[in-house]
Amino acid sequence: MIALSKNKIDIDKVIEAVASDQAGAIDVFIGTVRNRTKNKKVLRLEFEAYESMAIKELEKIKERAFEKWPILKIAIVHAIGVLEIGAVPVVIAVSTPHRKDAFEACQFVIDELKKTVPIWKKEFFEDGEVWVSSHP
Amino acid sequence: MVVQLLLFGITKDIIGKTPFSFEIQGENTAGNLLKQLIKQYPTLKELNSIAIAVNGDYSNESTLIASGDEIALIPPVSGG
Repeated sequence: MIALSKNKIDIDKVIEAVASDQAGAIDVFIGTVRNRTKNKKVLRLEFEAYESMAIKELEKIKERAFEKWPILKIAIVHAIGVLEIGAVPVVIAVSTPHRKDAFEACQFVIDELKKTVPIWKKEFFEDGEVWVSSHP
Repeated sequence: MVVQLLLFGITKDIIGKTPFSFEIQGENTAGNLLKQLIKQYPTLKELNSIAIAVNGDYSNESTLIASGDEIALIPPVSGG
């Protein structure tokens, strides 16, 4: 399961998508919207995606993970649109026969997602808004 | 050749509305397109990174652009 979601992500569904009788572990990463950035109060976030390319890049990350670890299933769902504090922008689930591989692969997927997948986050503050990571 | 550029994130603030029509002078490569865009919109150079995607894949400097290709300007990504 690889998807972008305009609605609230159903975390249970993402976990169910990687269920396997051969699995000894499912590792789940849940990203959440934090209320501060560099000591500045964040009101909410907005995510925008180049949807077709984002799906393609997520598939590439999934394939690379499958090459590196003995993975059974991977699910990645990223939300787009406005997200309030505490909401969930991303859920990643990885099932493997043994837990160490699930932990490592799940971390790999979120780390790579942040580097290559064309999704953009705008932070809204009390005194303005900014596209995250745009400038040095 | 005239290309229709898809803009995302901060590049919409810098260039304008998406899709955006832009005429490439000279060779139709991603590298040349980016060079000309930066010349016309120098603030693009202040970004942490800027890339061109051709048909949904990251390009390199020599990637050829043909008419009808889907071209997008990719500012620094910040998903997750």
